[in-house]
Amino acid sequence: MKRRWNLSVWAGFLIVLSALVTYVTVFIRFPATRDFPWASLLIFGAGLILIARGVGRAYREPQLYRGKIAGPILLALGIALLGFFCFNVFYFLRQLPPSTGAPQVGQKAPDFTLPDKDGNPVTLSKLLEAGVGAEDRVNGAVLVFYRGYW
Amino acid sequence: MRLIAISVDPPEINRELCRKQGYTFTFLSDINSEVIRRYDLLHEGAGPDSRDISRPAEFLIDATGTVRWVNLTKSIAVRARPDEILKAVDALGG
Repeated sequence: MKRRWNLSVWAGFLIVLSALVTYVTVFIRFPATRDFPWASLLIFGAGLILIARGVGRAYREPQLYRGKIAGPILLALGIALLGFFCFNVFYFLRQLPPSTGAPQVGQKAPDFTLPDKDGNPVTLSKLLEAGVGAEDRVNGAVLVFYRGYW
Repeated sequence: MRLIAISVDPPEINRELCRKQGYTFTFLSDINSEVIRRYDLLHEGAGPDSRDISRPAEFLIDATGTVRWVNLTKSIAVRARPDEILKAVDALGG
């Protein structure tokens, strides 16, 4: 009898991969699914269950299904990816300094002068003094501190 | 309402970034992290070659230089979304 490709194993692994990808591209945008990634964990779970089901078939019905080697490997990889995901989301990405000294609402933003991309010095207080331009309704500034693109 | 992006990147990198992405807003270089430190946003060793960089943070400053809204993210992966910032700007009035 011709042995079938073990779809469960491969589909399950694809689902595990999509759990990673969809967290970074979709779920991360919504606080409900980002802060505690329950949706992604559910997708991981579904993928891993499928892989495990496939491995079970490969061993119980080896004459019908392939995957006695690929199955366990993909299962181990899937579990490793889940571990990688959890480590990053729950630990690594949250390793941030407390920044308790950062200016709070109601406090004055510390003034500064820094060079712009053309090397010209820009001073925060002078920008605010300059007032509202032709296209502006509100005078003010949004400061976006970011890690950098290196 | 001015948008000002600040990081440890030097002007050359900001020039290249603006050229590639077509950004028109202001990019400032805080190469020695002086302003980053003044705002208590220093993330030691988090950059390439263990460089000190800024942690992500957004501040809305009004015309008097007073902070009206702050976003200090709990995770590197999370930044303020444009609609969140716009809501804070609208709350400033005008």
